[in-house]
Amino acid sequence: MIYRNVMRYAGGRYLWVALLLVASSFVLYFSQGGVQPPNGGTWQGYVLGTVAALLIVWLAWLGIRKRRYAGGSGTVQGWTSAHIYLGTAVLLLATLHCALQFGWNVHTLSYVLMCGVIFSGFYGLYQYLTQPQLLARNRAGEARAGLFAELYDMDGEARRLAARCSPAVGLAVKSGVERTMLGGGMGAQLLQRDGSRFMQAGSGEAAATLLPNADQQPLVDFVAARIPRAAKRSEARNLQDLLAILVRRQSLLRQLRRDIALQGWLRVWLYVHVPMTIALIVALIVHIVTTFIYW
Amino acid sequence: MADFQIAIIGAGPAGLSAAARAQILDQQNQVSTPSYVLLEGFEVVAKTIQRYQKGKKVMAEPGFLDLRSDVRFEEGRREEILGWWQGRCEELGINIRYQAEVSAITGSKGAFDIALVNGENISAENIILGIGLEGNPRMLGVDGERLDRVQYNLEDPKAFHDEIILVVGAGDSAIENALALSEQNDVFILNRRDEFSRAKEGNLNLILKAISDDGHRLNCFYSTSIKSVTQNSEGKPLHVVMKTPEGDITMDCDRIVARLGAIPPRRFVESIGIQFPSERRDAIPELSRHYESNVPGVYIVGSLAGYPLIKQAMNQGYDVVEFINGNFIKPADYPLLQHQLLGLPYDREVDELLERFQALIPMFRKLNSLAFRELIIESTIIAGYPSDQVLDDARRKINTLASKLRAEGRNPRMTKVIAEGDVIYDRGEFGTSFFTIVDGEVVLENEVEGQQLRTTLGRGEFFGESSLLSGRPRGEKAIAGSNCIVVETPRRTMLKLMNSNEEVRSGIDWIFVVRELQRHFAPFAPLRELRDLGARVGTRQFDAGATIYDEGDEAASLFIVRSGAITLSRQVDGQDVLVSQLRSGKLFGQMALMGDGIRRETATATVAAEVIEVERAEFLELVQRNDARIRQLQEDVSRQVIDKARMSVRPDAAGLFRFLMRNGLGEATNVLVIDERLCVGCDNCEKACAETHEGLCRLDRKSGPTAVDVHIPSACRHCEQPHCMKDCPPNAILRAASGEVFITDACIGCGNCEKNCPYDVIRLSYAAPKKPGLLSWLLFGRGSGPGERQGFEPDAEAKARGKKAVKCDACVNVKGGPACVRACPTGAAKRIGPAEFVALVEGRMQ
Ligand SMILES: Cc1cc2nc3c(=O)[nH]c(=O)nc-3n(C[C@H](O)[C@H](O)[C@H](O)COP(=O)(O)OP(=O)(O)OC[C@H]3O[C@@H](n4cnc5c(N)ncnc54)[C@H](O)[C@@H]3O)c2cc1C
Ligand code: HEM
Ligand code: SF4
Ligand code: SF4
Repeated sequence: MIYRNVMRYAGGRYLWVALLLVASSFVLYFSQGGVQPPNGGTWQGYVLGTVAALLIVWLAWLGIRKRRYAGGSGTVQGWTSAHIYLGTAVLLLATLHCALQFGWNVHTLSYVLMCGVIFSGFYGLYQYLTQPQLLARNRAGEARAGLFAELYDMDGEARRLAARCSPAVGLAVKSGVERTMLGGGMGAQLLQRDGSRFMQAGSGEAAATLLPNADQQPLVDFVAARIPRAAKRSEARNLQDLLAILVRRQSLLRQLRRDIALQGWLRVWLYVHVPMTIALIVALIVHIVTTFIYW
Repeated sequence: MADFQIAIIGAGPAGLSAAARAQILDQQNQVSTPSYVLLEGFEVVAKTIQRYQKGKKVMAEPGFLDLRSDVRFEEGRREEILGWWQGRCEELGINIRYQAEVSAITGSKGAFDIALVNGENISAENIILGIGLEGNPRMLGVDGERLDRVQYNLEDPKAFHDEIILVVGAGDSAIENALALSEQNDVFILNRRDEFSRAKEGNLNLILKAISDDGHRLNCFYSTSIKSVTQNSEGKPLHVVMKTPEGDITMDCDRIVARLGAIPPRRFVESIGIQFPSERRDAIPELSRHYESNVPGVYIVGSLAGYPLIKQAMNQGYDVVEFINGNFIKPADYPLLQHQLLGLPYDREVDELLERFQALIPMFRKLNSLAFRELIIESTIIAGYPSDQVLDDARRKINTLASKLRAEGRNPRMTKVIAEGDVIYDRGEFGTSFFTIVDGEVVLENEVEGQQLRTTLGRGEFFGESSLLSGRPRGEKAIAGSNCIVVETPRRTMLKLMNSNEEVRSGIDWIFVVRELQRHFAPFAPLRELRDLGARVGTRQFDAGATIYDEGDEAASLFIVRSGAITLSRQVDGQDVLVSQLRSGKLFGQMALMGDGIRRETATATVAAEVIEVERAEFLELVQRNDARIRQLQEDVSRQVIDKARMSVRPDAAGLFRFLMRNGLGEATNVLVIDERLCVGCDNCEKACAETHEGLCRLDRKSGPTAVDVHIPSACRHCEQPHCMKDCPPNAILRAASGEVFITDACIGCGNCEKNCPYDVIRLSYAAPKKPGLLSWLLFGRGSGPGERQGFEPDAEAKARGKKAVKCDACVNVKGGPACVRACPTGAAKRIGPAEFVALVEGRMQ
């Protein structure tokens, strides 16, 4: 087997490490008892807390290791695999450490931030495991640059054909090509929002109006509607050719938009995962310092 | 009493230099009547050089050789040089006769009778033949070779413009003509081989630069030859059919300039009684170390003696007159050889050593002794000593002289001194040089079926031919045996020799075949028992796509892939299904010989390929040996049957396999393959590449083909026989013993490798500015941070250095292996070798 995903890295070696860790944490947890109820203050609680805190620091270290291109031990894949299993284990360790004693304080804030990081991690992992296939299928063997190149050709072709049609069609297609929107802000990218427009000539004295052209469908409809009304055979033929190009263009744009969106989803969760990690570490420091001060 | 002591025939550089020396000796001896005569058939000196193109830059190669002549010669334009020579001729008052073509020579030493075409007769005691090779140009050898517009020399390239011209040939004159013609014509140069291995360094640089420069009207067809030329009734006057590796193509053109070299004026030379070593057309007469032929008193110098360059011809002209006068001076290349042979345990003269060496190596025995000298000059001499005092002494001797010479600004090549038992090369190492044993022993160590196999080679035997011919890594380990002396010749020199010397080519081919047979059929058999058999086994060439045999054919032979790759396919439900892909060193077609005698699959050449064909009789002889590897062979067959059966039920797998092969995996040794089902597009691989390679990323993840979610990004395949390496003028592209093909700082940025790489993975780039330290990036926002991409503007220093070729070097210098693979967080990026291709395909099919 040449390729294994992060979960199966080295036969799931880190799953076993994590399970072992979790099992021993439970043993430790249930060894608490007697006078005090289980909590962070027992020696077992301290051990659990220390291990969890060290683990969190190590988990955050992935950000550094990932950028140590020349040196660094192991492979980033190995690190990521361990990161995932041990990160999940931290959730249990920390829960056992605090023994579900929550309140409106910095300690619980740390816990919440940690949950934020971990659950965003789960989401990211889900993305990592599922999106690449969708991306590959959507692109169907083409590189994004190839899709763009084809789109560029289609744009030119559409303009060329439109110039042979009536002025109204010419204006609509030319403006439609020019005002095609791809990408945009993060939200637009992720949700594949399409602010494309095209311009429709007014009849008589009336000014031209800008119409929405989401997914290029309005423009396609506009051109399609002209075909039965074409005065000449040659015009009908031009319109049909044009329509074929516009439809191909439409599907290319869909492909590109989906590509951008999928790529975006693969990345956007890190904008939660990483800043929250930083916040978590700050909160963690405060949590530890206050614990010692108010002992 | 003869008219002259010496008659020099031919006033080319060799003859002129000889005459000048004779004249000066006469002056020194205060002889009033000249003791020599220079006979020239043409009306001025040096007809060959007169025939060069106008304005041709004449090169003073080889650069490391000093000129020794009374006539000036250095790099310059043709006119300039001819001016010096004609002038010197008059200044010295050389006794030259023009339009004095010699038609016959009779008699013997002391009393030769020289008959001129004009009927005169001259007598002389000795004869120096310096008539060059320009006798008759070699013809195309196809129908239409004598058509008007098919010409064999080129007086003035400026005479033609806006024509389509085919220049045929790969030597210096073809290159020079093509370059000059391409100034105002569209020129195609046809090279029968796939590299310009016969050309001089300087010309090589020029042509390669021109071919790769889009602004130049010059294109090259490699591995192409002319099949026929006919006259067109309209349009362009000539219609040409050419044979290319991709099949026949046709082309209409205005003119063909064929520069295929010349046939020596052999008949004339033989009529004097001079013998040639073989019947081959371009054989060179056998000469003594003093250039004396088998006819005593007749000396041969210059290109007729097999030395193709002016400087060599001039040095020989000088030397030979000294020899005839009894002064046995040392040749001008003497010091070069002296340094190379210094570390040997003999206290002998260079010439004596060379003679001995050559006599000891059967394959080189037939080489002209001067050609052998040249071979040695270009090789490295390895001397193995028992590890003791002698070794240290030899090392010390070498180092002392080397440092002294280096202090003088010279960079000599010295003997490579090693200890007995040292590894010359190891199994699995990549390397393409060729080794000849001059003395002592070399042990080849191999492992067959878990058993250590040691073969001891002795004097005159050679090794390393397998990698030379196939590009495969070394299949065995070579260890310096007792007192060994080994000549290591680089691939380019070997190719040159094999291209111009049939004996060497067939000698190497033959041993290659014998060793392949041994490896496959009887690894424990002594080599000598297989020799005769080897001679009966032939090698065949196939163009890409050519069929070797068809499914259902009656089988009469089996094959071993010598170079290239072979596709085996089968008809399944009317569909052509690929069952297997074989690379060099693999056996195929043996199943039919061991089974029912019917081919079960069709074999075609994936890329241009050479195969060794073993006929049934030879096969039976091999397997009937009691040391034959029958069990192993049978096991191989069963395994192949299973593999093939498995593959043929999976036409989709076959499709993917074919895709991989088409995209270079057929010749790859190490290729980056990305699993699209895992890749999240983070580009950490590219960042890692840039970070570990001076800021310049050498792979392009997004580009490159994809099939069944297998993506082959643009990154070097580290080909078996790297295309990029074949025409690098400064030899800047090297291959590490571990297989990585990488580019060194010697690159001159000619762009050839970029052109030659079929996978588009080399680009020319300025050096990137240095990255800021982490702190100054973090705190002051300088430059770009770790892993950040930079669209950089090269600085002045980088610009002054010029663009250089950059490509993936498989992280040959990075600890821990390829950075791209190690940096991939998802495990999508892997570098894999041929052994894993089947696993890759099968992994895909689950
Ligand atoms: C196109 C081209 C480019 C080259 N460029 C270079 C270069 O840049 N640098 C370099 O070092 N080398 C170059 N060479 C090679 C170089 O020209 C030869 O190595 C050199 O000319 C050999 O000298 P030679 O004296 O042996 O013979 P030649 O130069 O061939 O001289 C032979 C002479 O003998 C005369 N002759 C022949 N037969 C008879 C006869 N029967 N009776 C009387 N006279 C006779 C001929 O007329 C001629 O003048 C080039 C060769 C060619 C063809
Ligand atoms: C407290 C726990 C965790 C911390 C502090 C943490 C921190 C980090 C950091 C700093 C990175 C590096 C991001 C970058 O530089 O690009 C990262 C990446 C990642 N984390 Fe976490 N993480 C935690 C838990 C988890 C968990 C539980 C999972 C999943 C189950 C997870 C999944 C990932 C993934 C998939 C990556 C991306 C790897 C890559 O692309 O290189 N993390 N994490
Ligand atoms: S650069 Fe190109 S030709 Fe050279 S080894 Fe790599 S893939 Fe092959
Ligand atoms: S490595 Fe440099 S010199 Fe060699 S072929 Fe490439 S560009 Fe030319």
